[in-house]
Amino acid sequence: MKSKVVGKEAILTCFNDGIHVMVGGFMACGTSETLMDMIIKSDAKNLVMYCNDGGFPDRGIGRVIGNGQCAELFTSHIGLNPEAQRLMNEGKMIINLVPQGTLAEQVRAGGSGLGGVLTPTGLGTEVANGKQVLNIDGKDFLLEKALKGDVSIIQAYQADHFGNCKLIGTTRNFNTLMALAGQTVIVAAEEIVTFIDPNEVNIPGVLVDFVIKEGE
Amino acid sequence: MDAKEKIARRVALELEDGQLVNLGIGLPTMVANYLPAGVDVILQSENGMTGLTGLVPGKEDPHITNAGGAMVGITDKGAFFDSSMSFALIRGGHVDVTVLGTLEVDQYGNIANYKIPGKLVPGMGGAMDLVTGARKVIVSMVHTAKGTPKILKECQLPLTGQACVDMIVTELAVFEVKQDHLLLIEVAEESNVEEVLSLTEARVVLADEIKRF
Repeated sequence: MKSKVVGKEAILTCFNDGIHVMVGGFMACGTSETLMDMIIKSDAKNLVMYCNDGGFPDRGIGRVIGNGQCAELFTSHIGLNPEAQRLMNEGKMIINLVPQGTLAEQVRAGGSGLGGVLTPTGLGTEVANGKQVLNIDGKDFLLEKALKGDVSIIQAYQADHFGNCKLIGTTRNFNTLMALAGQTVIVAAEEIVTFIDPNEVNIPGVLVDFVIKEGE
Repeated sequence: MDAKEKIARRVALELEDGQLVNLGIGLPTMVANYLPAGVDVILQSENGMTGLTGLVPGKEDPHITNAGGAMVGITDKGAFFDSSMSFALIRGGHVDVTVLGTLEVDQYGNIANYKIPGKLVPGMGGAMDLVTGARKVIVSMVHTAKGTPKILKECQLPLTGQACVDMIVTELAVFEVKQDHLLLIEVAEESNVEEVLSLTEARVVLADEIKRF
């Protein structure tokens, strides 16, 4: 079987204007800076992006936002990126605030063949505006639709040539979920190895299209 | 003792041995420093771990961070997981207590802490899920915003959660949230009932016995 490991220049063609990009990581922990570099290098415009947060101005997805490439962001928090707040206030970027647990489940649902999820989170708040409320056995839930992306950006500690990934610490966050929900899944691994114990695989390689080496 | 330390010390008394607890960034994080002897709780960090603890010098690892993105440690009882598992713990009622700060809270237990339209829009992060799913929601905050009441009859800012707050702890007072009023159960040694009432807009009912703290 052909190795999925490629040079980072090979994935530049994945980033086209207007595509939907899911970016794993949580306050830049578990976000591939190398793949942020490649999005910036691609100069793709009007991206619709999905990420737990807006990162920092100098780290994570915040660098792509600061470069003006993100037209719309689905996220739970932009509090540590003043650039994102500025772009939003100036009308240059649309920010859709989503409760963190809801965003996680919308992504998981999108990659799992589900139409959405029913959650009590957001009932009685602006988050519920315009959304269907379903009463299940006497309790109200919001219908939150599934989310999918064209490209998912994943960071792993280790990846093998088949794309199996091992993640460590708190880097799992949205990475394991977004690996399900992207049409094309790109992994940046800190180490590329010949074998990962199947018991320690957090993202099965069948989900992964390309593997690059983080930092090179 | 400054106001924040007093609040953190009082909130710590609410925690019980073995509970799973989520502490917000800032003042709530200080609660972990004042746990009574014999009370050992498991701290959750919603970015994907239980067993959160302070950073041990020499063991810094950029793969292990808290919800603010800062490097932290993990205890030998800890576990790492993804955001789906993390919020299953939160929404699923597995988190016993969440402690968080706020911009506004009201007599119905509504809380508003994620945006000031047109001014500051940080976002709700995990707060909407936490106030929805945690078994006990404790608001810990300085009593007023430079003299302006934050404990209101009705929140004016967009809500983070509806009728979800169980207890409010400030440097001046401790309230239990009832359906349409707050029950004043404790007043700080440095303060008195009159002062608390004058700085609180919400409808307050005095408990039969008001303790001092």
